[in-house]
Amino acid sequence: MSKPRNHQTEAIVIKKTKLGEADRILTLYTPHLGKIQAVAKGIRRPRSKLAGHLELLTHSQVSLARGRNLDTIIGSQTINSFLPLKSDLQLTSYALYTTELINQFNADHIENYPLFQLLLDTMHRLCQAGDNELVLRYFEIQLLNQVGYRPQLHHCVSCRSTLEPIINSFCPSAGGMLCPSCCQSLASGGQSQPLTYSLSVNGLKVLRLLQNSAYNTVSRLRLTSELSRELEGVTRHYIRYLLEREVKSAAWLNTLNRFAPNPNI
Amino acid sequence: MNEGLAPTTEAINKLIQEFNRLPGIGPKSAQRLTYYLLRAPEEQARLLAEAILSVKQKITLCSICFNVTESDPCLICRSNQRDWSKICIVEQPQDILALEHTRIYDGLYHVLHGAISPTEGVGADDIRIKELLKRLQGSSIDEVILATNPNLEGEATAMYLNKLILPLGIRLTRLARGLPFGTELEYADDVTLTRAIEGRQEF
Repeated sequence: MSKPRNHQTEAIVIKKTKLGEADRILTLYTPHLGKIQAVAKGIRRPRSKLAGHLELLTHSQVSLARGRNLDTIIGSQTINSFLPLKSDLQLTSYALYTTELINQFNADHIENYPLFQLLLDTMHRLCQAGDNELVLRYFEIQLLNQVGYRPQLHHCVSCRSTLEPIINSFCPSAGGMLCPSCCQSLASGGQSQPLTYSLSVNGLKVLRLLQNSAYNTVSRLRLTSELSRELEGVTRHYIRYLLEREVKSAAWLNTLNRFAPNPNI
Repeated sequence: MNEGLAPTTEAINKLIQEFNRLPGIGPKSAQRLTYYLLRAPEEQARLLAEAILSVKQKITLCSICFNVTESDPCLICRSNQRDWSKICIVEQPQDILALEHTRIYDGLYHVLHGAISPTEGVGADDIRIKELLKRLQGSSIDEVILATNPNLEGEATAMYLNKLILPLGIRLTRLARGLPFGTELEYADDVTLTRAIEGRQEF
C-alpha cells in the first residue's frame, strides 16, 4: 500500500537554507519522523502565510505533501513561538546552540522521541528564569545519552576500577573517565597519547547527577561560575571530538560571553 | 565526465557550465539560455557580455556605507539633499533599493553585508559592524535605524547592535514589525501579532 499523499507532524524548525527566488529548505525535528527536510515555497515573500509559523526555534504543527525528493510544506500552525527566546540575544544564542547540536548528532529520518521531548523541554526551560548554563549542560549530557555516546563516569574506562573521589581525568577518545594511574601510564606511553582533561571531584559528581537525574532534581543545583566553566569545557571537548568539527554557535556564545561579562545587559 | 554534455561542441558546453553555476539555474535552464543566445543576434550577446564585465570592473563598495557603487563615495553618501544625521542599517544592498523605492526615507545607509547567524558560523567580525562603529564615533549622527530583516538572524543582529550602540548615546530605532499590507489576520503568526498589538498606534 502506498503512503498517503499528505501527512501532518509536529515539528521544531532547527535550520533553514535559501532555495531559489523565494523558497527555503527547512530542517525540521519531529517526534516520530526524526530529522526531516522539507521545502517551504514562497516563504521569503513578505505576504507568505507560512513564514511566521516556520521561523527558526518555532514549535509548529506542519502539513506536508509528499514529493519525489523532498516533501513540500503546505500548511503550518504555530504551537509555541517561544517569543522570549527570540527577544533576548543570549537566549537566542543558547537555543540555536541546542538546535545545532540536534542537527549535527542526528541523521535524517531516525525517530528519537525522547530527544524531541528533550529539545522541547530545553526550549521551555530557557524561556524561564534560571541557570541557563545548567540547562545547557543538562541538555548536552542527556543528548549524549540519547544518541549513544553516554560517557562512562563511574568506572575508569581503562582498568575498570571504580573511581576514587579524587581528581580524575576525562578522555574524549575513550568516551569516559580515566583514573590517575591509567592517565599517568597513558601519558608516559609515548606515541599518540590521547588528550585528557582533569576533572574535579565536584565536577564529576555534577556530571553524574546530570546524567542520571530528572531535570527537577538537577534544577536545584547551584553551580559556582568556576565549576560551570569546568563542566562546559569538558562537555565541549567531548562533543567536538565526537563531531570531529567545531560547533559554530559555541564559538558565538564565547564571543558573546566575552563581550558582556555583565549578565544584566 | 558528464555524459549529457558529450554530443555538443566545446564552446557550447562551456557556456552551459557557466550558466549552471549561477544561483537558481539548473542544467536544463542553462541549456535553454545557451541555445537562446546561440540564435539571438550577435549584438545582444555582446551587450550581455559587456554588461557582465562592466559590473565586475566598475562596481566597488562605497568606503563610507559599503553600498555597491560606481563612484566612491556613492551617490547617497555624497548627496546634499539627504539628511546626514540619520543612518539606516540594512543587511544587503538590495534592501536599500526597496527602501529607496518608498521615497519616504531621506537619510544615509550602512550595509552590513550579512546578518549574525551563530549556526552558520557568521559572527560579528564577519559583517561590517566594526566599520559602522567607527563611522558612528565622533560623528554628528543622532539616529540609527535598525532595518535588519525581521527574522531570527536579523533580530539577533539588531539586538547585538543595540548592545554596542546604546553606550554611545545615539537614538536607536527599529523598523516596526507587524502585519504586512494585503494579508489576512487569521494567517498571522503569534510573534507578528504580538508585535503588532504591542506596537499599535493612535488611528
